[in-house]
Amino acid sequence: MIYKDFNIFSAATSALGELGKTGDWRDLKPIIDYGKCIPVVKDKPSCFLCWLYCPEGVVSSSSPPRIDYDYCKGCGICAEECPAKAITMVEESK
Amino acid sequence: MSKAIIMTGNSAAALAAKMCRIQVVAAYPITPQTSITEAISNYVESGELKAEYVRVESEHSALTVCIAASTVGARAFTSTSSHGLLYMHEQVHWAAGSRLPIVMCCVNRGVGAPWSIFNDQQDSVSQRDTGWIQLYCRDNQEIIDTVIQAYKIAEAVSVPVMVCYDGFVLSHTMMPVVVPMQEQVDAFLPPLKTSGHLDTANPRNINPVVFPWRRADSQGVMRDGYMEIRYKLHSALNDARGVITQVNGEYARVFGRDHGGLLWDYNANAAEILIVAMGSIASESMPAIDSLRAQGINVGLIGVRAFRPFPKLEVREKLAGAKAIIVLEKAISYGHDGALACELKAALYGSAVRVPFHSYVAGLGGRDVNAKEIEAAITDSLKQIAEGNLEPPTHWLNCRTE
Repeated sequence: MIYKDFNIFSAATSALGELGKTGDWRDLKPIIDYGKCIPVVKDKPSCFLCWLYCPEGVVSSSSPPRIDYDYCKGCGICAEECPAKAITMVEESK
Repeated sequence: MSKAIIMTGNSAAALAAKMCRIQVVAAYPITPQTSITEAISNYVESGELKAEYVRVESEHSALTVCIAASTVGARAFTSTSSHGLLYMHEQVHWAAGSRLPIVMCCVNRGVGAPWSIFNDQQDSVSQRDTGWIQLYCRDNQEIIDTVIQAYKIAEAVSVPVMVCYDGFVLSHTMMPVVVPMQEQVDAFLPPLKTSGHLDTANPRNINPVVFPWRRADSQGVMRDGYMEIRYKLHSALNDARGVITQVNGEYARVFGRDHGGLLWDYNANAAEILIVAMGSIASESMPAIDSLRAQGINVGLIGVRAFRPFPKLEVREKLAGAKAIIVLEKAISYGHDGALACELKAALYGSAVRVPFHSYVAGLGGRDVNAKEIEAAITDSLKQIAEGNLEPPTHWLNCRTE
């Protein structure tokens, strides 16, 4: 008798969203004020500390930077690190 | 031709592991296990065994190396005792949860405090609920045969197997062992043709965080939650009952030795008084039974070989005709009963067997238990039962309790 079920232990392929949309864990949502955001204000690729510090890799290094809210868990590190104080953590509306 | 060689239990275990053509071995020295891995390191050094021998800094790492090796499809082996087993406890759970067919010998030794290097079965019994199959051996012949069977069982159900046998009483005691022929072992246990859980063509992360609920993965495929995965482990152990019996039967046909699968018996047919025991204390009970039979007492013995999965129905069947049950064991569930006694009582609940039940904890920390003492204990229990003491708390055999 050989076990036929190959799904007998936990495994995940390395892919975006393997564990589902983890954005639903979020209580606080980071909102970028593009009026203060350095690359937008300077109109050139610069700063991107939010992209650099984001532990989930959900901030883009584009101008303007975009946050993928499907997977942002709302940790607030981007808001803490933003030198222009352009990111505010706003309570998720229920 | 098979030949009989006089050897220790540890030599038998090491030889069996070599004959199973283990590919990775990692272990850390601990009495009384050490001479197994010493022998295996000699086999590797001399070139007799083509295996990776990984030297590690602890038992936790030893089992972790086996887990990694088994994950990529290698036949992995380790062995330990007592504190070593407890030190690897986290990985003991991990190996079972990852469904890896690792075989580990546990050379049973008492657990501190206070320090003891001597034999009892508290170490492996305390690992009862880790999801491993546990087989207990009664003599050195059974050790060599059980290690070979263990790989067959583990690889069939994807559950690790702990082969348990008593420290010093078996591990360091010499007795004749019939060594199977390598060609027969090779035919019985073909090489593992698997890349394990990992596949370079389809890279996966093994054992990521799993949520309480089932949930869709990135491809939209529903994946099991923690409970489903654990249920599958539980089901595999339940299925292992049939596999252990089947592998034992196949082994008996090929090698001519039948160790009884889940359990074995001695003079148990139509016996009115049944002794139940596990490991060397069961074999030590055999001369006691002979002596009591010579005195006209109708007594027999059930040896429990598989402690997990527990042979509930088989035990009920064997004990169906008993007028009294007496359990002898080398482990205790503190604050309750002997560990085997607990299991037996639970197995009998709801059955027609409602008979006097005595249990003895004996030989803890290596205190000698000989056939004469076992005979005296049985005689004493029968006297107590005749006087109406039908189900006393666990007795502590040969121990000052006042």
